[in-house]
Amino acid sequence: MSLIEIIVLLPLLAALTIALGAPARLTALGSSVVVLVLSLFAALNFRFQVEGAFQFESSRSLIDAAGMPEISLAFGLDGISLVLLLLSAIVLVAAVLVSPRENAIVGSSRLYYLSLLLIGGGAIGAFCSTDLFFLYAFHELALIPTFLMIGLFGRGENRVRTAWTVTIYLSIGSLVLLVGLLMAVVALGGSTFAIADLAALARSPETGIAAERQTWIFFLLLVGFGILVSLFPFHGWAAPAYSDAPIPVAMLHAGVLKKFGVYGLIRIALPFAPAGAEALLNLVLVLLLGNIIYLGLVTVAQKRLDRMLGYSSVMHMGYIFLGIAAGNKLGLAGAVLLMFAHGISIALLFALAGSIRERFGTLEFAKLGGLAANAPRLGLLFGFAAFAAAGLPGFANFAAEINVFFGGFADAEGSLGWLQWTTIIALWGVVISAVYMLRAYRSIFYGPAPAKLQSKADLAWPAALPVLILLVALISVGFVPELLNQYIRHALDGFFLVTPG
Amino acid sequence: MDVNTIAWILLLLPLLVAAMILLGLKRWSGLSALLSTGSALLTLVLAAMLAAGGSDAEIRSFPWIDLGQDTFQVEIGMTVDSLARGMMLVVTFVGFLVHLFSLGYMRDDRGKSRYFAGLSLFMFSMTGIVLANNFVMMFIFWELVGVSSYILIGHWYQKASAADAAKKAFLTNRIGDFGFMIGILLVWILTGSIYFDEIEAAVGGVTNMTLLNAAALCVFCGAIGKSAQVPLHVWLPDAMEGPTPVSALIHAATMVAAGVFMLARVVFLIEAADMAATVIAWIGAVTALLAALMALQQNDIKRILAYSTVSQLGYMIMAQGLGSGGTDAGMFHLYTHAFFKALLFLGAGAVIYACHHQQDIWKMGGLRRKMPITFATFAIGAAALVAVPFTSGFWSKEAILEAALREGMIGPYVLAMIVAFLTPFYMTRLLMVAFLGGTRSDDTENAEEVGPVMWVPLALLAFMALFSAYGLLAGPLLARGQADVGHLFGSFGLTATLSMLGLIAGVAAAYFLYRGKKEEPLRIRVLARKFYLDEIYIALVRIFQDGVAAFLDVVDRYVLDPAITRFPAMSAMSAGRFLRVFQVGNVQAYAFFFGVAVVVLIYFLVL
Repeated sequence: MSLIEIIVLLPLLAALTIALGAPARLTALGSSVVVLVLSLFAALNFRFQVEGAFQFESSRSLIDAAGMPEISLAFGLDGISLVLLLLSAIVLVAAVLVSPRENAIVGSSRLYYLSLLLIGGGAIGAFCSTDLFFLYAFHELALIPTFLMIGLFGRGENRVRTAWTVTIYLSIGSLVLLVGLLMAVVALGGSTFAIADLAALARSPETGIAAERQTWIFFLLLVGFGILVSLFPFHGWAAPAYSDAPIPVAMLHAGVLKKFGVYGLIRIALPFAPAGAEALLNLVLVLLLGNIIYLGLVTVAQKRLDRMLGYSSVMHMGYIFLGIAAGNKLGLAGAVLLMFAHGISIALLFALAGSIRERFGTLEFAKLGGLAANAPRLGLLFGFAAFAAAGLPGFANFAAEINVFFGGFADAEGSLGWLQWTTIIALWGVVISAVYMLRAYRSIFYGPAPAKLQSKADLAWPAALPVLILLVALISVGFVPELLNQYIRHALDGFFLVTPG
Repeated sequence: MDVNTIAWILLLLPLLVAAMILLGLKRWSGLSALLSTGSALLTLVLAAMLAAGGSDAEIRSFPWIDLGQDTFQVEIGMTVDSLARGMMLVVTFVGFLVHLFSLGYMRDDRGKSRYFAGLSLFMFSMTGIVLANNFVMMFIFWELVGVSSYILIGHWYQKASAADAAKKAFLTNRIGDFGFMIGILLVWILTGSIYFDEIEAAVGGVTNMTLLNAAALCVFCGAIGKSAQVPLHVWLPDAMEGPTPVSALIHAATMVAAGVFMLARVVFLIEAADMAATVIAWIGAVTALLAALMALQQNDIKRILAYSTVSQLGYMIMAQGLGSGGTDAGMFHLYTHAFFKALLFLGAGAVIYACHHQQDIWKMGGLRRKMPITFATFAIGAAALVAVPFTSGFWSKEAILEAALREGMIGPYVLAMIVAFLTPFYMTRLLMVAFLGGTRSDDTENAEEVGPVMWVPLALLAFMALFSAYGLLAGPLLARGQADVGHLFGSFGLTATLSMLGLIAGVAAAYFLYRGKKEEPLRIRVLARKFYLDEIYIALVRIFQDGVAAFLDVVDRYVLDPAITRFPAMSAMSAGRFLRVFQVGNVQAYAFFFGVAVVVLIYFLVL
């Protein structure tokens, strides 16, 4: 087996061994740490001198019969998928660390840890797949345990209802997506599922999809991927799902799995149907402002931290869409970097929200206050996370957003078009995020503490470890964005090398 | 050491200290404080070496974001020129004295380590602004200054008023930064660069004047926020909730001057955009006037000083709006003001410290006898502020007024003249009520002079307040160097006569009005309530932000969610009852299905 196959399959095999009786937490932790180490190893051995395309490729042909499209279990990494692999591996380790010990779990602790590994492993599989069939299949593999976890281990009395809503709604999204993908594959000749080959076919004027057809395909892909990534107005499932889900699941889904939707748009929709993307640009601009402004304001109105974080996570998807809508190197680089930054920072915020609830029993703003005195370490760490999410320099989020904003203006040529006006309006979202983040911080950590909150323990080792891992990732990329940007740039150089216009 | 090394140490040393305190030294608060103060002293020495050396440098280092030469590249780079050297000296000099003063003022504070880490973080951020050679880097440190200010204003976070003030300061600045970022983007598409030197070279070739003016105004928005200009001035008086040394360092001398400094840095942009320049000059003048009016009726000693800061910043901004004809004068005033205003704030800090945290001037009185050193130095600071002839503040204010007249900005000139009457009025009121007469409360009755760690900084600053406009002290601190000092010290003409009349009238009016008074004789409600601007803003935020947010929340919950999420989901569900198989909740069954799937997968792999 090659390196990449080990990376993809290890979490799944670990899940299997847990099902067969291996110690759950230990196995989950061990395998996810190994995956992280291997991912870092892959990153260090990335060959920048090789142009474009995938590296570390491995492929096993599964169906190669005449008259059938070729399907293979094929993996590979380019700069973009490598960044998302790192994101998944980091958040997976943190999510496992944050999870309660076996004896503290109500219900089957095996199922708990096994599901986490499946969510993480499924996401990794989707990001590493170079075959469309498995890209889709791995994402589905990750979704199912997500639903289960919300229903079985979630919080609040509505969790079963929430689990069902999310299940059905995301299934509809997957279905729309599937139709779009199949239409694209058929329109491209129906001979293969290999993404690189399909992209090459789409690029060539003879085999590319007719412009009008592209619009339909892009629309379906936009809706399908959009539902998965909670694009306005398909966002309704997200906030309840995140507030009802167990903390590690919220971290993994909001931080990692959800990025599949935007990843798919960059990896598939843009190269397969570029003319469709151009035709629907204005629609995308309106929808992303829905995420940033409309949902930004809805976030301001929230009265509980978990719901606020859920909405804020949905809101920030708008900036990733803005980078994609800009469509140039700068915008796309920002979008990819923002996927990473947002993924880490939202996982960090959910992890800290979990610690707050664990210690103080509530996440309602009105019932909290003055925690900075009782729990200074928690206060400091939450402050970092909140400022990171609000786009403060020094954290990866800022570096990414700067790229997105400059990307929005890169093709302006001395006057302002729709894209630039959208960017300007979107910039107001930076003020909105600061408003809700600082309000939350003010009402949780500042001010006088309510009497019954007085003597609770601060965050200490080893509970602080997952938080620190995430924070280190966020700060090191924030100070030196080139750490990741070099990979993204390499991928995009290849991307624009082969994409006309 | 060469310029390069000095610049890097200046920038990174405070960051290192802040990080060290945060990561490990927090427990030993005395050590943290000493380390932080020591690093401030070292940066002062380095800044002095830089100023004495007098050599320019353009330092480019590693690419921070790099998407290829033709697309977009941000380098962490620094410019050392006369403007940066002068500003650096101001920042480190005032910074060091404030560190020193804080050793006494914050001696018994529980959060002493956090406080000094905040100060060091501030020094790092401010140095970054001063040395930045491009807009993106300046914006980065611009935001970081905002954070350090948030931390320091909210130092006593358990007080609701301090917590609110910190939030208000950050958010108000964010609104300004929203414009600033748009301005940076517009400048970028007009000139193709984010580097100051390249923008300066390219700005002459810009033909789209509308967009250029818009760009300059948007960039100015950043300065409106940071330098507390109308209409975003509301955060600065509230920021006085922070410890008083912070008010002196950040909210008087350095951070709030960043807007002025930034405009001086991009003076070529203002020069090229006429319409924007006029707006800048007017906003500065209007701010100077409104803030001076609001200062007339405040009773909190720090708030009076805060409004006077806003007012003086208005002068400096107005000078920047005059373009290259006024920018030196504006920087000159920034420089003299930094010393005398830091002096006034630290003096107020000494008073507050001695009076057991009493800040109401009507409850003071008679401090002249209790605290003679503090009184003497405070009076010197006030003299410089009201521009008594031959003090430093006199020369720099004259320079601005002269420049306004020379550039033909008659409107702003007249407003500035009115301010020249109002300033002596409210400062005389402050001095008479707080320091003269008899004591009016127990807090004041028991007041004693502060120790040397606090009065030595006062004395040093008092020296600078008197003499910083002269000779060697002024030379390296002016933007365009020694040669221009001459024209700033212009002849005594119309301007000097008028402003001297204003000074005499202001002092006299306040003297006769407040002599022997035990309570406010003049009650002007609209001024005491600051033109009701805070109330108006709160109402606007309630309606346009919270109101709309609450409305949209309802829409989202009861319209969009049922229509777009629940309805499709539920109708699909009722159509697909067979999906119930998921709901068995039987773990073994689930594990079994899963196992089968994995086995199939492995089977395929081996195949």
